[in-house]
Amino acid sequence: MVAENVAFWIIAVAMAAAAIGVVRSQNVVHAALYLVVVLAGAAAQYILLAAEFVAWVQVLVYIGAIVILFLFGIMLTRAPMRGDTELDNDQRWVAAVTALFLLGVLVFLLVDAFGDRSIKVDNSLRAVGLSQNVADSIFRTYVMPFEIVSMLLLAALVGAVAIARRD
Amino acid sequence: MQLNQFLLLSAFLFCTGVYGVLARRNGVLVLMSVELMLNAVNINLVAFSAFNHGVSGQVFALFVITIAAAEVGVGLAIVLLIYRNLRSPDLDQVDQLKG
Repeated sequence: MVAENVAFWIIAVAMAAAAIGVVRSQNVVHAALYLVVVLAGAAAQYILLAAEFVAWVQVLVYIGAIVILFLFGIMLTRAPMRGDTELDNDQRWVAAVTALFLLGVLVFLLVDAFGDRSIKVDNSLRAVGLSQNVADSIFRTYVMPFEIVSMLLLAALVGAVAIARRD
Repeated sequence: MQLNQFLLLSAFLFCTGVYGVLARRNGVLVLMSVELMLNAVNINLVAFSAFNHGVSGQVFALFVITIAAAEVGVGLAIVLLIYRNLRSPDLDQVDQLKG
């Protein structure tokens, strides 16, 4: 129990620092690499919560596919690498105030609503979180949303090709 | 483990994403901040899934990951088109509809 908490806080601090790096870095490629740290940390948190399948999907889809797409986007738009151009706009102070205000509201609400709830990660939770149960849930309870989301993915890919092609 | 430690981490990631979306002017970086926000939501979903001893939250997290992949594909295509038309990925220059 203590080991899990220590692991959580180490990963959480790394994720928070890397998230700040994503939004503050003046180098676009560094921002993408900080994003990898955040995504890998999220996968580790899923493992701590006994959600192995989601963790590995996170690694495969996010770190494997989405970050590569981002690197392609950086390459194709010839993003500035050396910090010679400004990457932030003039409303960054307003943005910081908005984000801090939202964080304050969320922290107040969460502490108020869930202050005394705890998650018991034991063998029964690990048995519930098995990939077998996730698959059963997707293909029995949520089979209709699953089909809809696959059609949406197809439409989005065709749309991306249609938008980006040169003609 | 407390439920709140996951929720507070995800709140922090979400607010960082909000800051990034508002303060960045490069289109690719705005999309990265949107990914931060979607990840915050996923952590929430998986934490509540474990809290309720069910798998529905995990299934919804998988759906969100799928939607995020579709969103990045279309979003990067749009940023690419903006770059091709304006010779810059700067979103502040996209003001053709401004009166």
